Amino acid sequence: MSAEATTSGEPARSYWHITWRRFRRHRLGMVGLCVVAALFLVSFLSPMLANEQPILCRFDGSFYYPAVIDLIHQVPGSKLIIKKKRPYRLATFDFKREFDPDRGDWALWTPMRYGPREIAAEPLAGPSRRHWLGTDQSGRDVLSRMVHGTVVSMKVGFLSMGIAVILGLVLGCIAGYAGGIADLVISRFIEVVMCFPPFFLILAVLAWFPPSIENVMIVIGLTRWVGIARFARGEILRIRETDYALAARSLGVRPAQLVLRHLLPNALAPVLVSVTFGIAVSILIEAGLSWLGFGVQPPDPSWGTILRSGYENLFTAGHMIPPACVAIFLAVLSFNLVGDTLRDVIDPRLQAERA
Amino acid sequence: MLSYILRRLSTGLVTLFGISVISFFIIQLVPGDPAQLQTSQIADAAVSERVYQQLRELYGLDKPIPVQYANWVGKLVQGDLGSSFHDGRRVSAKIGEALWPTLSVALLSFMLTLIISTPVGIYSALRQGGGFDRSVSTGLYMLYSVPNYVAGMLLILYLGVKWDLLPFRGMRSDGFDDMTMLGQMWDLAQHYVLITFCFTFGNLAYYSRFIRQNLLEVVRQDYVRTARAKGLGERSVVLKHAFTNSLIPLISLIGLTFPFVLSGSVILEYMFNWPGLGRLYFESVLQRDYPTIMALNFITALLVLGITFIADLTYGLVDPRISYEK
Repeated sequence: MSAEATTSGEPARSYWHITWRRFRRHRLGMVGLCVVAALFLVSFLSPMLANEQPILCRFDGSFYYPAVIDLIHQVPGSKLIIKKKRPYRLATFDFKREFDPDRGDWALWTPMRYGPREIAAEPLAGPSRRHWLGTDQSGRDVLSRMVHGTVVSMKVGFLSMGIAVILGLVLGCIAGYAGGIADLVISRFIEVVMCFPPFFLILAVLAWFPPSIENVMIVIGLTRWVGIARFARGEILRIRETDYALAARSLGVRPAQLVLRHLLPNALAPVLVSVTFGIAVSILIEAGLSWLGFGVQPPDPSWGTILRSGYENLFTAGHMIPPACVAIFLAVLSFNLVGDTLRDVIDPRLQAERA
Repeated sequence: MLSYILRRLSTGLVTLFGISVISFFIIQLVPGDPAQLQTSQIADAAVSERVYQQLRELYGLDKPIPVQYANWVGKLVQGDLGSSFHDGRRVSAKIGEALWPTLSVALLSFMLTLIISTPVGIYSALRQGGGFDRSVSTGLYMLYSVPNYVAGMLLILYLGVKWDLLPFRGMRSDGFDDMTMLGQMWDLAQHYVLITFCFTFGNLAYYSRFIRQNLLEVVRQDYVRTARAKGLGERSVVLKHAFTNSLIPLISLIGLTFPFVLSGSVILEYMFNWPGLGRLYFESVLQRDYPTIMALNFITALLVLGITFIADLTYGLVDPRISYEK
C-alpha cells in the first residue's frame, strides 16, 4: 500500500501541520503569537538594542564590535570561547569618555545608547529626548533597563516551565501508567503540594537561598509541575484504554516504549496549552518576587525591580511605573491569547461543533 | 455518606501530616536560623555566641529536628501554636489580628464578583454571540490579563498620588481615633476601595465566563425544553430552571479559588500596607519566625482541605445524582 493513500484524497498532513493551519485562522491568537515572537526577538537582541558600547567602532586606530560580542555571550558557555578585546573587557573602561572624533574615532551605536547598568544622567529624571522613559533612582536609563528586563522574563518563563514540564510529565506518566502504589504515592504527593498556596511555598523556599534569577526559576518550576502531572496522569489513564494502545500492547511493545512513543505524544497537545498559560504565570510570579526583593537583585534589570523603584519613589518619579506595567500586561496577555487559541484549536470536538 | 466523610477525613489527615512535615523541614533544614539573625548585630563575638546559644535553647532549636517536630505537633494538638520568635507574642494573637483585614477584603471582593458577574454571565448567555456578549467578554478578557499588582501600582500612582482621590496606605488615616463614628466608617470605606477592586476585577472575567458557559450547557437540556414547552415565561425558564442548575459547578469553583485569595494577597497587602495574613507571612519569612510561618502554612492548608471538602459535600446536596458510595 502506498503511503500517500488517504480516504479524503488530500495529501496526508501531520497533526501539528493541521493544528497550525487552524491556528492561523484565529486573528487574536496570531496577534498574541506575534507579540510573543517580538518579545523573544527583543530579549535575544537586547545587547544590540541598548548598550553603552557600540555595535561597530573605530577606536584609536583599530576596529571593535563589543555589542556583537555581548549578543554572542547570551549563548551559555560562549564566554569561554569568545572574549571582548582588551579595553572593552575592563570594567573601568568607559568608551564614551575615551571617544575622540579628532583622532578619527567613529562608532555605529545601538538604537539606545545606554546600558542597563550604566549611570547615564542625574537620578529620577522624567522622560526626555535622550532618555525616552526617564531615569531611575541611580540615574540609569529606564528604557534600556526595560529592554534588558525582557531577557529575565523570557528566561524565567520558559526555563521554569521547562523544569515543570519534565517533572510533571515524568511523574504523571509513572502515576498514570504504573498505577498501584506508585500512583497512590504520587497522587497524595500532588495533593500535598497543591494545598500549599504556590506563592507561600515559593517565598518560604526563597527566603533561605540567595535570591537570584536561577533560584527563582528553579523554585517556580518546582512548584508548578503539579497541574501538568495531574493532567498527564489523566490523559495517560484515558489513552491507555484506547484501541490503538491495546493494539500496540498486543504487538509486544515494552511499557516504556509504549508510554514514550504511543501514549505521550497524544497527551502532549493539551499539556502544551497549560504550559503556555504557565509561562504567563511564571513571568507574573518572577516580576512579583523581584518586586518584593526576592528575585533579580540590583543592579540587574527586571520589570519587577523597575516597578519597585517606581513604588519607592512614588511621589517624585512615577514615570517608571506605567512602562513596567504595560510590559508585564502585554507579556501576560499575549501568552494567554496564544494559550486560549491553542486550546480551541487542538480540541477536535470543538472543531466539529463549529463546523 | 458517613463512610465517604470518614474516608475523606482520614486522607485529609494524611495530607495535613505531609504538609506539616514538608513545611517544617523546608524551613528548618536550610542554613541561617532566627537566633543567628537576631545575634548578628552584636559586635562582641563572645557575647554574641553566648546569646546565640541561649536563644537556640529558648526556641528549642538545639534539639534534633524530629524532636522539634514532635514538640510542635504535641503543642498543636493542645491548640497551642507557640510564640513568635520575633516579638514573643502568641502566634494565635498575631494571626487573629491579621485575619479580619484579609478575610473582610476577600469576602467583600467575592460578593462583588458574584453580584456583577452573575447578571453579566446570564445576559451574555441569553444573547450569545451578540454585541453585548462579544464586547463584554473581550473587555473582561483584557482585564483578566492585567495582573492584580500591576493594576494596584497604576491605581496607586494615578488615583492615590497624582489625583489624590483615595488613600492607599493601611486601613486607617492618621487621627482615626479622633473621628466621629460616621467619619471613621467613611475613612475605613475609602481605604477598602482600591485594594478590594484589585482583588475583584480579575475574577470578573473568570466567573462571568464560567456562569455563561454553564448556563449555555444547561439551556440545551431536555428539561429546559420541557419548561418552555409547557408555556413558562422566558424569565422563569432561565432563572428558575436553567440558572439554579448551572450553579452546581460554581460551588466547586468557589471552593477551589477561595483559599487562594489568602496567598495571592502577599504582594497586594504589602503594596497597600494592609495588615493582613499575606503581609504577616511575608514579614515572618523575612524574620525567620518559624512558629508563625508554620502556623500560617498549616492554617492555609487546613482551609484549602476544609473548603474543598465542604464544596464536595455541598455538591452532593445540590445534585442528588452524585453518589458518594463507591
